[in-house]
Amino acid sequence: MNTIQLNGAPHNCDAGTTVAALVSAMTGRALLPSGQAADGGRLGVAVARNADIVPRSQWSATALEPNDDLEIVTAVQGG
Amino acid sequence: MTESLVRNDELRNDAQPNDALASEGQPNDALVIDGVALGSRLIMGTGGAPSLAGLGAALTASGTELTTVAMRRYAVDGAGSADTNLFALLLENNIKVLPNTAGCFTAREAVMTAELAREALETDWVKLEVIADEHTLLPDALELVEATEQLVHRGFKVFAYTNDDPVLALRLEQLGVAAVMPLGAPIGTGLGILNPHNIELIVARAGIPVVLDAGIGTASDAALAMELGCDAVLLATAVTRAQNPVLMAQAFKHAVIGGRLAAQGGRIPKRQHALASSAMEGRPDV
Repeated sequence: MNTIQLNGAPHNCDAGTTVAALVSAMTGRALLPSGQAADGGRLGVAVARNADIVPRSQWSATALEPNDDLEIVTAVQGG
Repeated sequence: MTESLVRNDELRNDAQPNDALASEGQPNDALVIDGVALGSRLIMGTGGAPSLAGLGAALTASGTELTTVAMRRYAVDGAGSADTNLFALLLENNIKVLPNTAGCFTAREAVMTAELAREALETDWVKLEVIADEHTLLPDALELVEATEQLVHRGFKVFAYTNDDPVLALRLEQLGVAAVMPLGAPIGTGLGILNPHNIELIVARAGIPVVLDAGIGTASDAALAMELGCDAVLLATAVTRAQNPVLMAQAFKHAVIGGRLAAQGGRIPKRQHALASSAMEGRPDV
């Protein structure tokens, strides 16, 4: 079990968990290896790991390390 | 409006009227930004709406084809579904998404937010907003210029939210922004256009679209912006926090069209004294 920071709060995940698995669990949507949603819709989510963007094409190849700092963002209402 | 500030059609030839379409109450000329034609010159923000359903109804009533969103943390507890629905709502309604960098105080934050938005929403358009402080929400010119340089270099199409400063607006254009967006008044104040002369100056010298952003309170403010020569108007809370957002969205839709037509029609010069429109000759002896 690893502890990471997820959107500013501690979060436990199994060792070897990928960014793709985390995003899929958070959004409740299955992902293709490309990082696109398997349902064909747009996911609208981006991931930064330790202040670097992880492109969606790299999500399934990126395993989380202990103490990683993850920011997962989406579009919300705003001027 | 002084003669010297009237739009120079050699520089800006996008204001040619089309009588056939204008007579139907619709300007024929699409707003073109970064090569993309938009049928509506009303750009909407989504902030301040109490419900997503109400927002959707207001956006539809406004006729907008381009709408801003903010980038924020996805809610871990699953309550983020409503946020996902905002993106879905815009996609369903064929409304293009313009992510903003609201809440950023530094160029570094703004660039990172823009990169996250590009990755999440698959667009290189960004409304660049770098504010100086939470009290005024006014743009920080130095950070704005720094962020603009970096974002243009990274291939973003920058919609620069800026002060109503004609000098800064020209500087931003020279740096390669896709559109310059001077404020009418501070964000959320509804004070209208505080310095119409500066807006005219910005328009007269600009070779890129000018979008009046922030400070709009009611429909006449938007019409004035278009009469001053702006290419579009961006507003959010004037609709979302109106007592009846759908009615207000319709009002803005028509105000922007009316103001655009008036700008194309060419207003009469202002005079010091009255000028009769009925002939004095041939009056009957009554």
